[in-house]
Amino acid sequence: MQKTTALVAAGLVGLSWSASLLAEDDFITLASTTSTESSGLFGAIIPAFTDTTGIEVHVVAVGTGQAFEIARRGDADSLLVHDTAGEEQFVANGYATERQNVMYNDFVLVGPSDDPAGISDSESAAEAFALIAESESPFASRGDDSGTNRAELRLWEDAGVTPQGEWYRELGSGMGQTLNTAAGMNAYTFTDRATWVAFENPQDLTILFEGDEALFNQYGSLLLSTENNPHLKHDLATQWHEWLLSSEGQQAIADFEVNGQQLFFPNAE
Amino acid sequence: MKIETIMPADIARQHLHQVRFEHRGHHLLLPTNVSFSGCRRTLIMGPNGAGKSLLMRLAHGLLRPSGGHIRWEGAPPVQAMVFQRPVLLRRSALDNLTYVLAVQRVPRAQRKAQALNALERFGLAALAKRPARVLSGGEQQRLALARAWLLNPSVLFLDEPTSALDPAAIKAVEDAVNAFHQQGTRIIMTTHDLHQARRLADEVLFMHGGQVLEQSPTEHFFEAPGSPQASAFIRGELVW
Amino acid sequence: MPVSDNPFYTALALILGMDQRLFDIVTLSLQISLIAVLVACLLALPLGAALALWRFPGRNIVIVMLNALMGLPPVVAGLCVYLLLSRAGPLGQWGLLFSPSAMVIAQVILVLPIIAALTRQQVESLHNEYDEQLRSLGLSPLRMIPTLLWDARFGLLTVILAGFGRASAEVGAVMIVGGNIDGVTRVMTTSIVLETSKGNLPLALGLGIVLLSLVTLINALAHVVSETAKRRLG
Repeated sequence: MQKTTALVAAGLVGLSWSASLLAEDDFITLASTTSTESSGLFGAIIPAFTDTTGIEVHVVAVGTGQAFEIARRGDADSLLVHDTAGEEQFVANGYATERQNVMYNDFVLVGPSDDPAGISDSESAAEAFALIAESESPFASRGDDSGTNRAELRLWEDAGVTPQGEWYRELGSGMGQTLNTAAGMNAYTFTDRATWVAFENPQDLTILFEGDEALFNQYGSLLLSTENNPHLKHDLATQWHEWLLSSEGQQAIADFEVNGQQLFFPNAE
Repeated sequence: MKIETIMPADIARQHLHQVRFEHRGHHLLLPTNVSFSGCRRTLIMGPNGAGKSLLMRLAHGLLRPSGGHIRWEGAPPVQAMVFQRPVLLRRSALDNLTYVLAVQRVPRAQRKAQALNALERFGLAALAKRPARVLSGGEQQRLALARAWLLNPSVLFLDEPTSALDPAAIKAVEDAVNAFHQQGTRIIMTTHDLHQARRLADEVLFMHGGQVLEQSPTEHFFEAPGSPQASAFIRGELVW
Repeated sequence: MPVSDNPFYTALALILGMDQRLFDIVTLSLQISLIAVLVACLLALPLGAALALWRFPGRNIVIVMLNALMGLPPVVAGLCVYLLLSRAGPLGQWGLLFSPSAMVIAQVILVLPIIAALTRQQVESLHNEYDEQLRSLGLSPLRMIPTLLWDARFGLLTVILAGFGRASAEVGAVMIVGGNIDGVTRVMTTSIVLETSKGNLPLALGLGIVLLSLVTLINALAHVVSETAKRRLG
């Protein structure tokens, strides 16, 4: 029957089409942060790594807290995040065997260009945070246990402020979403410079405070332990980890620019 | 020819013993004893709500009796049923017929020829490719009869098959019923139409209020009805 | 990808330019959603028909659950699939997390209740009409299923399109189980989320318009096919 033949043909086409979805084996899954992905860093450096080694890198970009969780569950082969304290704890807990500095950039405080809290003349980040709390100017926080969120909370602590009240909005969102919301509310927010520079919807927001040492933002690469997760592609992940630290990898990071501006500064030892 | 080979006595007798039917506490059919035998044309008559369709559905096996039992003397014969509103599949007239042949596991290669033959037989050949459900009421009922024809039934049940049709279509259905009968099929049919009963029936089964009041030869029924209700019905006075 | 402040211009440029990356994303979106709908149909059509035909204890509970699952938040479905497929989960050894297959599974879970519940409704009303005739022909309920599914085909097409709509439009589940990996599991909806987070709103909206056009095109195609068939077959 024609109908049956057509059905079988359709089934075969569908099957072969589905088969194209099955990925090749030579890849690692990298859990990393939204800042590195949405700034375009990975898009720029991974092709160089793949050219050298033939290994593809599948980046799952999430908040640092979720990235740790993904790695803990054995769903990622490698981890590149920015929460040094958390990373060291992760090593101490035995989930990773090694942690290395890869690169850094810095956090900045952005807010409405008329700066209602007057933070642009602050001496320190802590003072800037204290001024925002004092004037109760709207502040949008990521509130998602990401590396940026953790850094922000440490700064409130330094300022001796427990952020709460109408003015402090915890969004539970990624960096980009938080910037969109802050722009919409004309609120202050705390962001890594890379995401900020690549962000295209700033509206009235502008950088109001930067340059304090406390705003230093260190990224680290972790070599995950295969003890609990023997299925991890440890050899491939090691190649990636070592490439990031190699002069070739470090140069690729240094070469990455958005709008003529370097966003990440390699600092592997 | 089938007329010679199948003698009326060849069709198994069907007995309904104390058969009754209840639905949600309503006694729709009181305990009833009825037999159908031979190659007769039995027309079931009676006012609305008498239980005519119910009795037929019980006899055909579409409904299970609430009590009593139904027995065939010998193997149950092939049966078919034609409904008041023909239930046709959402396919072409031809496909409606090849469908029943497929259900009967007739070899695929033979289905189309047999179906076309039946369409021809019921004057529907020109409509073979038409969607069954856009046919006129009369054409739909003929298609339903053609479908029953393909089953080659020994017993054919018809539930008021002409109640929604114009005179020409009624004639076509009655001709078809006679064709079945001449081929040796037992006919059991409900109707409201006294003239139709006079034209078609060998015997009349009269029902009223969920009871069978009489089962008698047609002439006898019209000349000497066995109950006051039947007399009133024949005079056109008893509607409910 | 082209960038302009006008989302409609961006969408037009995206479609006309048809650059490889967009083409890959569109293809992947269609692949995943169509396969998910196909798999869901294979399971849900017989399931819906069986629910329409058989009376069994607990049937009403199953029906209510299916109806409720039509409103299952995609994120919850995604989370469940994530926990199942994670290496630490029961199906971890399959290694399917962050792959297109995981996205297909999540979408099947989202689409199946819709198709099954609506199929049950369609088939049940048709069954009410056909039941006596089909039983008179001697069909068992099992043998009625193909007949009823085929005769309900025009209504079921709409049901399947509704399922496809849910599959292709959802983002919460595929984001969690796919990971939005560039070139591997990035589909239309997760691209839109990503571009929004980059503040590139015109591009995000442009992608949205492309997605909507695509879904419209598929619906129009299905409509034309079914209308033609309806006219020919009734």
